[in-house]
Amino acid sequence: MTDFWTLLTILTLACFIGYFVVWGVTPALHSPLMSVSNAISGIVIIGAFITAGHGEMNSEKILGLIAVALAAVNIFGGFAVSQRMLQMFKKKTVTPTKEKKDE
Amino acid sequence: MNNELQTAIYLLSACLFILSIRSLSSPQTARKGNLLSIIGMFLSIIATLSMPNIHDYLWIMVAIVIGGGIGIYSALKVKMTSLPQMVAIFNGLGGLSAVFISLAEITTSPEHYIETSLGLIIGALAFSGSMVAFAKLQGLISPKAINSRWLHFINLLLALTVIGSCVYFALSGNLQAFYLLAACAIILGVTSVLPVGGADMPVIISVLNAYSGWAAVGIGFSMNNVLLIIVGSLVGASGAILSYVMVKAMNRSLKNILFGSIHAEKSASAQQGNQTAKSGSPTDAAFIMSNADKVIIVPGYGMAVAQAQHILAEMGKDLKEKYGVDVKYAIHPVAGRMPGHMNVLLAEANVPYEEVFALEDINREFPTADVAFVIGANDVTNPLAKTDPNSPLYGMPILDVSKAKNVFFVKRSLNSGYAGVDNPLFYGPNTTMLYGDAKTVTEQIVSELEKD
Repeated sequence: MTDFWTLLTILTLACFIGYFVVWGVTPALHSPLMSVSNAISGIVIIGAFITAGHGEMNSEKILGLIAVALAAVNIFGGFAVSQRMLQMFKKKTVTPTKEKKDE
Repeated sequence: MNNELQTAIYLLSACLFILSIRSLSSPQTARKGNLLSIIGMFLSIIATLSMPNIHDYLWIMVAIVIGGGIGIYSALKVKMTSLPQMVAIFNGLGGLSAVFISLAEITTSPEHYIETSLGLIIGALAFSGSMVAFAKLQGLISPKAINSRWLHFINLLLALTVIGSCVYFALSGNLQAFYLLAACAIILGVTSVLPVGGADMPVIISVLNAYSGWAAVGIGFSMNNVLLIIVGSLVGASGAILSYVMVKAMNRSLKNILFGSIHAEKSASAQQGNQTAKSGSPTDAAFIMSNADKVIIVPGYGMAVAQAQHILAEMGKDLKEKYGVDVKYAIHPVAGRMPGHMNVLLAEANVPYEEVFALEDINREFPTADVAFVIGANDVTNPLAKTDPNSPLYGMPILDVSKAKNVFFVKRSLNSGYAGVDNPLFYGPNTTMLYGDAKTVTEQIVSELEKD
């Protein structure tokens, strides 16, 4: 389908994009960056679909299905924990009248 | 779904992932960013599942539901102080997933020996390395740094075996060599993370994060999948840059962290001798801080361990709202156990992010501060990093807390920090030690501040 040099070109350009985009992330959000990137590294799930997707049940398919489940933990867990974290960075409206919040 | 449509959707998803990371440049846009990634992931999953060579959906759905359920459950349960452990586990599972895909892939597409091997090796390192990092962070095994020649020798041997069997496999296609490769890479992941000390965890977690990205790139090459390559290199770049930032903030090299641990220098501890540290009570601290114009709070890992972030935020709020004190928080890049750990904990405690500053932005303000309140941080404030070329900390950028008029140091005891280096700051003329648990001490200060 795609030859090696095309893939290498894409890889190289993607590395440049990654480099510049990641440097733009504010240090305060480095933890969310880590967990978002963690979640999107679960993209290997699409590779796992291909190995798990064919008809008959054999050892290869079982490996693929385990891979699907593991990557799913990564994806769902990663996005959920990122969402929780980023929720905390919401702009705090300073209301001096309100006292004693959470515990 | 035809091939062109699928490629178009992959392209769209790739753009969404890039924009998602881009939007993490500011806290205002960050939540939208996570949503973009979720949409990107959803689209890629749908596009892949509708490919003509996917016939079985039932089992795939079962696998997704099981994995997704476990993921969401644990993500909602985890405490923010245990975040690094959580990230380590997820990272490791991503690596393991790459390992399983490579194992399945090698029997079906024999033409991509080298690419599949790379995916396997990096995935295996990410998996077992992350498990060790998790065990260290969770305290299941000692988080101490180990400096053993034996371990270095074993690592070298394993690395050579990995390279050797990878080459042999690429030439011969002998599956035995592939399995040997898998086994050695998994062991190498364990033995290479084992010697790394607890305070170096921000670096190691970032490195492992990068691995999980490069593993996806490897799988992308072996499956001819463009999306895996793009997303994998984004993650890889992110992990690599974070590692660089962390290493820089400690003024060390990656080699130094992976292969050698800090040794406590004699010269550094020799000066301890007859100096005495002045200790004070939370009441004194409350009195001085409530009369101050400007207080800078310096949190460190000790605050996280004591779960003191909420009460600390309350202290800051009281000082600000009741006494009109200008309160700021100063965060060293390597404070905590993962990049940005302290920022998340303060955000959890509802500290507005406008009050939280990074090292280079706050350092010039210490001379104008009346009080520096250091809670659970030690090495990142040690002036020896500037003055003593023999100190293992020498050259590390530090927070200049000693320039403040008064320094309060909340600490359990006079023990040196993780680096095993005594901190001359304890004996400084303007330093007052507040001995005790970070949470208890801060609680006492708050109750003092809230009197009358």
